[in-house]
Amino acid sequence: MKTIYFDNNATTKMADEVLQEMKPFFCQLYGNPSSMHTFGGQVGRRIRHAREQVAALLGCDPSEIIFTGGGTESDNAAVKGTLAATPNKRKVITTRVEHPAVLAVCRDLENHGYTVVEIGVDKEGRLDLAELENQIDDNTALVSIMYANNETGVVFPIDKIAKFVADKEVVFHTDAVQAVGKIPLNLAKSNIDLLSLSGHKLHGPKGVGALYVRKGTRISPFMLGGHQEGGRRAGTENVPGIVGLGKACELAAENIEQENKKVRRLRDKLENAMLENCPDSRLNGDKKNRLPNTTNISFEYIEGEAILLMLDKYGICASSGSACTSGSLEPSHVLRAMGVPFTAAHGSIRFSLSRYNTEQEVDYTIEIMPQIVNQLRELSPFVAKQSRF
Amino acid sequence: MWEYTDKLKDHFFNPRNVGEIEDPDGVGEVGSLACGDALKLTFKLDKNGRIKDAKFKTFGCASAIATSSVLTEMIKGKMLDEAAKVTNRDIADYLGGLPEQKMHCSVMGREALEAAIENYRTGGKKKHELEGNVVCTCFGVTDKEIERVIRENDLTTVDQVTNYCKAGGGCGGCKGEIEKIIEKVQGEKVKEVPAPLLRRAGKLTNIQKIQMIQQTINEQIRPALRAHGGNIELIDVDGNKVIVAFRGMCAQCRLTEFTMKDVVESKLREFVSDDLFVEEDKDSAGQPHNHIG
Repeated sequence: MKTIYFDNNATTKMADEVLQEMKPFFCQLYGNPSSMHTFGGQVGRRIRHAREQVAALLGCDPSEIIFTGGGTESDNAAVKGTLAATPNKRKVITTRVEHPAVLAVCRDLENHGYTVVEIGVDKEGRLDLAELENQIDDNTALVSIMYANNETGVVFPIDKIAKFVADKEVVFHTDAVQAVGKIPLNLAKSNIDLLSLSGHKLHGPKGVGALYVRKGTRISPFMLGGHQEGGRRAGTENVPGIVGLGKACELAAENIEQENKKVRRLRDKLENAMLENCPDSRLNGDKKNRLPNTTNISFEYIEGEAILLMLDKYGICASSGSACTSGSLEPSHVLRAMGVPFTAAHGSIRFSLSRYNTEQEVDYTIEIMPQIVNQLRELSPFVAKQSRF
Repeated sequence: MWEYTDKLKDHFFNPRNVGEIEDPDGVGEVGSLACGDALKLTFKLDKNGRIKDAKFKTFGCASAIATSSVLTEMIKGKMLDEAAKVTNRDIADYLGGLPEQKMHCSVMGREALEAAIENYRTGGKKKHELEGNVVCTCFGVTDKEIERVIRENDLTTVDQVTNYCKAGGGCGGCKGEIEKIIEKVQGEKVKEVPAPLLRRAGKLTNIQKIQMIQQTINEQIRPALRAHGGNIELIDVDGNKVIVAFRGMCAQCRLTEFTMKDVVESKLREFVSDDLFVEEDKDSAGQPHNHIG
């Protein structure tokens, strides 16, 4: 059975071009870039090249890129590194819908005497900007707000937010793990101070990421040891990973426009057909300001894990915000923050597409999905007598 | 990804006895849409009081659907008294086992069966009602039900109880009470778990007192509030007066019948000192709260 992969916000297929670039750095060019000899030194040049490739995609200077072990490390480093460099300010502002890589870090800060404010969102997942503006004060060390939400794909007005955070002279970090490669960026012209990205979300390798640190932004080193990455992130470089990330960024920069056009068309086709052909289904998230590849749909009266297992039988990979898939007994914190009723949150399914998806895959899924929904609704005690709830 | 047995998958993809019996002898309904799973079981008896037919309708995950399907197969052909003896263990065993976190699905099956039998025995009049006192307000689980899953499945930890009946899986505020129920039922079987905070005999220095208050708020109070979208901040300690501020209380919170101040006070008295009392900080009371839309 062929796998139809619609779970690209979880991870992506690594591009073949990326693999080819990485290959020599395992068994042939295995030198340590910090070494004095030519053998190691040539590897150092490849890391410089990768840094330039990442910087080109982001529209920044290569010296502003620090390679890390992934998106989560970048987020941890940004939040903790900023606070360590700003010891007199004890307040952090973030959102209720952040990825755990930021949210869990912030919530832990509360145990260390910090005040953490989580800005809420409306029914469409849009940020309450007035509240954000009200909350920024002299005690605020950092504002950390994601570029695009991983569950709903909702994109926040980050340039606008960065501008008014900068006006108040507070450091601004954005977790752009889902945005990089999907939304064109030009950091030189923005007020973003810190930005996290991850390799495996844009067809690069897993276990490598980067943190953009705008020149002049004060951040304490977050991994001590050798002098790698300008002393800010010690440890021998993950050379194949960094080379791969560089190539993945180069591919994204070359193709972002035409790919988005293609992916958006397929996503819209899939989404429209689902909403049309499956009664009692609803879209979660702001339809206008969204990543081109993501759709999050709730199917009432049925449960997400059961839907996923049915899809799995046909080789279709997706994910759900239901309680049964989260490993806890409550549904997704993002959908709850949006005020999506529990009944709809339990039946939410996220499809996230990529450049590798085809029209046939979308057509096949459009054909299968209403069957699955009907099949599960036949089992559901709530379909015949909806008035009870 | 859950590790499901082939038998479970078979009953999920090809569920048996789906539907509702018209004019049934017994009807059992448990769970709700909000909880994430619900089951409606109906059965019909023959002249001798044997279960002639049983049907189900289930909203829930794959294991909830499979356990319901299996339940109908297990009870068909049984006398009512025999059927009443089916435990959640029997249902799980019949499927070749369930992942620990999914054991509550088998408990839901047994509950529906009991509710249906009760419905029959009271002449179709009595609707299933919860017995005992509600311990877990998030999922509406009573002390009787918790005692029962502990006894029938030989459970010794709070996490296990959560896996089997969901109690303690929401805000977590009832975990202490669940622990007490486990101790009551299991007696010495429960291993001694050292208390997270040692109560200090004698007089505390101011620094020790403030540290313990902060630690108690961090470990005992905040996690429960957090789960409901709320939060607490320690503003100051003035002698025995502890000044705190509450933030972002969750609008969907069901724990509104008591004041948060009382809860915090009782925890602080339990873990730090009996002399403490709590005051809400007035200056921060006007700050915006993160209400859920």
